[in-house]
Amino acid sequence: MSEKETIKEIEQNLIDDFALLDNWEEKYEYLIEMGQALPEMDPALKTDDRLVQGCQSSVWFDINCKDGNLVFTADSDSLIVKGMVAVLNEILNGQPAEDVLQADMSFFDTLGLWQHISSQRSNGLTSMMGHIKQAAADCLGKQTTE
Amino acid sequence: MSKDILSARTDFPILNQTVNDLPLVYLDNAATTQKPQSVIDVINHYYTTFNANIHRGNHTLAVQATQAYENVRKKVATYLNAESADQIIFTRGTTESINLVAYSFGQAFVKEGDEVIASQLEHHSNYVPWELMCQRQGAHFRVIPFDQNGELDLQAFHAMLNEKTRLVAVNHVSNSLGTVNPIEEIVQIAHEANVPVLVDGAQAVQHMSHDVKVLDADFYAFSGHKMYAPMGVGVLYGKRKWLEEMPPFQSGGEMIDEVTPTKVTFNALPYKFEAGTPNVADVIGLGAAIDYINQFDFAQLQAYEDALLDYGLNLLRTIPGLKVYGNPKHRSAILPFNVEGIQHYDLGILLDAKGIAVRTGQHCTQPIMDALHIAGTVRASLALYNTHEDLDALAHGIERVIRMIKR
Repeated sequence: MSEKETIKEIEQNLIDDFALLDNWEEKYEYLIEMGQALPEMDPALKTDDRLVQGCQSSVWFDINCKDGNLVFTADSDSLIVKGMVAVLNEILNGQPAEDVLQADMSFFDTLGLWQHISSQRSNGLTSMMGHIKQAAADCLGKQTTE
Repeated sequence: MSKDILSARTDFPILNQTVNDLPLVYLDNAATTQKPQSVIDVINHYYTTFNANIHRGNHTLAVQATQAYENVRKKVATYLNAESADQIIFTRGTTESINLVAYSFGQAFVKEGDEVIASQLEHHSNYVPWELMCQRQGAHFRVIPFDQNGELDLQAFHAMLNEKTRLVAVNHVSNSLGTVNPIEEIVQIAHEANVPVLVDGAQAVQHMSHDVKVLDADFYAFSGHKMYAPMGVGVLYGKRKWLEEMPPFQSGGEMIDEVTPTKVTFNALPYKFEAGTPNVADVIGLGAAIDYINQFDFAQLQAYEDALLDYGLNLLRTIPGLKVYGNPKHRSAILPFNVEGIQHYDLGILLDAKGIAVRTGQHCTQPIMDALHIAGTVRASLALYNTHEDLDALAHGIERVIRMIKR
């Protein structure tokens, strides 16, 4: 059993954190701070084939499969999208591909601002999730054929 | 006595609300304007009292609905100062109006090796239909560039015209930069070369003089929803000589005269171009929107909006790191900008958190963004109900976002 918290546990921590913030401005501020604290992505990895399609801003994901776990680095030129990337990073990075594939992203709605953000096509949350889940499926496929 | 512009705001019920616990500041009018109560009421009235399919019905409701629909055609003709009402074709919007011409005019008049000219300042809806039409007909698509002020290069345009040019398509006002193009001059230059001109009036018809006789445009297209009317209704005005020679766009009911297995003849103008049951309710809504605008003195309205725009531009330019795009001699209702170090998307989202609605991105004008070497802009755009306070709120909002991000 890994020592890392489960997806559900991390989600609950984030929900609790965001619930402490009074208004939208504070929630966004917190999100942006999370983005700024995200480990830096190697600029050499910011190639067009790692670009997630369907966002108004640029988002890059470099996703790898290690021992059945999904490991990624990511970045965006938008501070808010980078904040969203940081949330995804906190919840999903290093988790078993199987769990990532099962992850139910409806938790975003409970963060407060996500209710608004997640319905927006332009920020590409759906595209990012699609991208990550595809990688998780590929990772699982690889494992079973090995 | 014309209506006081400062009283307009209370006519729009949607504006009286809070967004994210703050009073709504609506500055996305180039995307769509809000609707006055009178427009909302007229649609409700139509569906509660005389909804019927028009033209061929003999019963009372059908006659009433037909009269109301055709009265709006006359109203639009008067609004545009068109020669006659049968040159007014109802469509779904500017995009459909332009596609109609691209398809029908293209089929009738554009052959292989011909040329069609649009401009680099166009919305995709007055660019892509011509590009695709040229591909279909084997014609060449040519593009008038714009200069560092965001104005069309008329010398380049002049040089582009030749005996192969079949049509010129330009907008009256750029949706991205707000440039007011010199339509009369462009039309004159094109007409000297015997080339007709289509004008996309989507960003002009609600803000400035729109007299098609003065402009002398061969086609003028616009949408209802950007001029306080409902979504889903638009207009194409065309000169009779073109409309009569152009084949129908879509086919079906309404647009035919005689139908046999071997022969179809078409109805007269404007019905030739209005296949199927039209959007009666929203056309009637468009009529109410024109009535609403007509309560104001149009010159006064334009002066008010222009003064508001100048106030906003000057205010934005005082914000350190903020860059306003374009510097045309005449600009209308559009404030396009970016703030150094802040992504346009982030600024839009954070302004929304303060109840301020603006648009961010490319605004369906990729050729403009490519020419300016930017990924997008923030665009605030005005309507007659906006006030100095709205622009103060915008400037204040931007300053707070800058403080928050650059801390």
